[in-house]
Amino acid sequence: MEKLSYVGKSLPRKDAEIKATGAAQYAADRDFAGMLHAAAVRSPRPRIKILSISDAKARKVPGYVTLVTYRDIKGVNKWPVVMQDYPFLPEREARFAGETVALVVADTARAARKAAALVEIKYRELPYVDDPLKALEKGAVKIYGRDNVISSFVIKRGAVDEAFRKAAFTVEGEFSTNYQVHAYLETQGSVAVPEAGGGMTVHSTTQCPFYVLDAVSAALGIPYHKVKILQTVTGGGFGGKEDVPALVASHAALCAAKTGRPVKLIYGRKEDFQSMSKRHPGWARVSYAADKNGKITACRVKYVLDGGAYSTLSPIVLWRGTVHAAGPYKIPNVGIETFAAATNKVPAGAFRGFGQPQICFAQESLIDELAEKAGLDPVRFRLKNLLEPGDRTVTGQRLKSSCGLSELVQAVRSRSGWDKKAATPQVRGDIATGIGFSAVYYGVGLGAKGRYLDRAGALVNVYKDGSVGVNVGNAEMGQGALTVLAQIAAETLNAPYAGVRVEEVDSSKVPDSGPTVASRTTLMSGNAIIEAATPIRERVFKTAHSMLTGLGADPSGGMTAAGGVFSMGGRSVAFKAVVAECWNRRLKMAEQGWYAAPRTTFRLRDGQGDAYGVYSYSADAAEVEVDLKTGVTRVKKIWAAYDVGKIVNPRLALGQAQGGILQGMSWALYENLVYKNGIMVNPNFTDYVIATTADKPEYDITFIEKPYAEGPYRAKGMGEVPLIGVAPAVANAIKNACGARVKSVPLLPEKVWKELKKG
Amino acid sequence: MRPFALKCKVNGLAIEREIPSSRSLLDFIREDLGLKGTKEGCGEGECGACLVLLDGKAVNSCLMMAVQLHGKELVTIEGLKGRDGGLHALQKTFMEEGAVQCGFCTPGLIIASEALLRRKPDATLEDIKQELTGNLCRCTGYEKVLSAVEKARDNRNA
Repeated sequence: MEKLSYVGKSLPRKDAEIKATGAAQYAADRDFAGMLHAAAVRSPRPRIKILSISDAKARKVPGYVTLVTYRDIKGVNKWPVVMQDYPFLPEREARFAGETVALVVADTARAARKAAALVEIKYRELPYVDDPLKALEKGAVKIYGRDNVISSFVIKRGAVDEAFRKAAFTVEGEFSTNYQVHAYLETQGSVAVPEAGGGMTVHSTTQCPFYVLDAVSAALGIPYHKVKILQTVTGGGFGGKEDVPALVASHAALCAAKTGRPVKLIYGRKEDFQSMSKRHPGWARVSYAADKNGKITACRVKYVLDGGAYSTLSPIVLWRGTVHAAGPYKIPNVGIETFAAATNKVPAGAFRGFGQPQICFAQESLIDELAEKAGLDPVRFRLKNLLEPGDRTVTGQRLKSSCGLSELVQAVRSRSGWDKKAATPQVRGDIATGIGFSAVYYGVGLGAKGRYLDRAGALVNVYKDGSVGVNVGNAEMGQGALTVLAQIAAETLNAPYAGVRVEEVDSSKVPDSGPTVASRTTLMSGNAIIEAATPIRERVFKTAHSMLTGLGADPSGGMTAAGGVFSMGGRSVAFKAVVAECWNRRLKMAEQGWYAAPRTTFRLRDGQGDAYGVYSYSADAAEVEVDLKTGVTRVKKIWAAYDVGKIVNPRLALGQAQGGILQGMSWALYENLVYKNGIMVNPNFTDYVIATTADKPEYDITFIEKPYAEGPYRAKGMGEVPLIGVAPAVANAIKNACGARVKSVPLLPEKVWKELKKG
Repeated sequence: MRPFALKCKVNGLAIEREIPSSRSLLDFIREDLGLKGTKEGCGEGECGACLVLLDGKAVNSCLMMAVQLHGKELVTIEGLKGRDGGLHALQKTFMEEGAVQCGFCTPGLIIASEALLRRKPDATLEDIKQELTGNLCRCTGYEKVLSAVEKARDNRNA
């Protein structure tokens, strides 16, 4: 293995100081001369026919400037996401409560909000659908296409019915999961600044600056080269700032275009809950079959996601869920069918895990049931069936060497003391203690369904003073991209880490690099940086060698490069001096890089073929205490192990793991968004509860780094895999502790209690 | 509405200014004073992103009116400094421990921790956990936040 100076070390986070001192500029912190403020006017009901919109009363608010409706759209009134069914502003029909119908612009944010509340929408209510399973029934009110199906996929492999007939053991269960709200601490927001000559610069909190670029250009009807997107310091994303920031930014841009002045649009928490994307509620019926030796022989899945009123990202969320729906096991016979159904509720979209956590909860809960029927311990049962290098997934993809799943399972098994604890759950007074397990795989990157977007660019610029500027197209949103990518750039160039700066995305500096999602940033932008930096590295190394030779160094032992210093024959020269000499020699010290993901072969017809370039893996064990009187569950400790390839920055990776685990645990136990008659009941942090310091479990985290040859310094992807397996591990632990099998997330006390009463 | 003649101290500087009596403390800090390090996360006192020190105690500035600042001393994240005038001890340990991710909750967490350590210099881990239940963080899983506060406490008491 090569000797590394920066990659693999817990170097200080690049943006920590500006954030710890309050100096970091988020979208709401940016002000411009002459700036106005916008506020949204929202649909009050699940589905309405818009008859008229009047600002007669709003006009009386001091500071009122104008009303912006679909009539002000100079471009095309279709937000370009995956399918184009979501208008920037509705013309005749609004399809969910909270949908932006119009915008008010005023000279202060307070005036804009006050005036927006006084805008009158005259409407007629239309029949609506709020249940995804009912939406799929014949005779349901048609709100989307001919059958309310946004999207649908299949995986067909082997002979499923026959395998079930011949099985020694079978299990079947229906499971459901509720929404999850991203609850990023920074709400959505954007500031649009008109430029001379008809251009628009948009400052946006976003994971996906190029989605924002697509949308603003479409809404304004101006070419891409007149639009510039500057990503602001982004206060958390988790998928919630994948697609929807493009809508918010387009609204700000429409207001700015109409008024000719900079316009700031910052969401309040309530409207952010009501109108921005969510984790899809999921429903699944899963069955497994096994032979008498405990080998899984077949799996059948029907999986439905509640897509909400517009398709947004539902097709690709559903596709990822489909590919991973049977779990990380060798299964010869598989029948999976999946649907995203339309309802008149907030459009659901991307959230860390992206369609996998919902179905993982179902199938990993059921794997425990199957192990029990087969008379095997859940971990031993999994070990018999886990995917290993050389095995084929349910899509027929053969896994290469970077697959450490069975080692992860063994690591968690031994670190958690699984064998003893699982066999002997404890009850003391009213408190039952138990332990539960799960295993997960996660396709890194966009995979076959997103293949056209799966590329990334980078610009590496080595300045005369030896400092290095790097531009990429993927975003820092808290995960540490600026730091990890700086480590990769420093390593490749042998530049001092402190002198490397990776900037937030500027859409005019790098080509469209796709979205910052799917745990793809280290892999995609990292490889693009390496491609850009490699020719510069060659020039720097060659120059260093000639400088050392000129200093009289003996070249026979060869030159070494480490930590920003080049050494040969007892002499050394620093990166800074070498760069100055490169500039003297008029060498090219800036380069563009590009990386496109490997080819995939997945076929939609039968769901067979290579779905993703590579997979990351996790194993989780959760230890819980259940109060038998109340059903209240507390997670004491989570042991987790990950194979995400080479770890570029261990401290940051640990932060991703701990944060992902707590988000997963919070979804599993507490988070409960309630809709009643198509209206969201609890759009706030008072009534929608997320985990706090008091709920935090103990974490025990292990990394087993299986190198991925295609990855930058052998890395794969880290961000999402820690969340996915937590809910089923907790559910399985509750079952182990007290016998209650709860089949719906969140695992609320009343649900546990009800199962306990059934006895 | 009649403007209110506000006199107070902000980050060590005396301030006199006429403000509308309906101005929230958070808006006064962010918009009138231009101190953008104090964040609005929810606007209803649940998330702790807008915490500031008012006479040394942590308060949610989104729930208070600016007039309540009258005659008092306010410290925001911009006003927290170390003894040498550089980074404050908590800012340093938050950076060292990896307690900063997206950073939006960080100023509030540091303010809450500072208020606790001033009130209770030997705060236990349990005290810290309890104190910080009012600060939502969606990124870190809280582990490194807690260790950063413990480290600052130990450094302070060393």
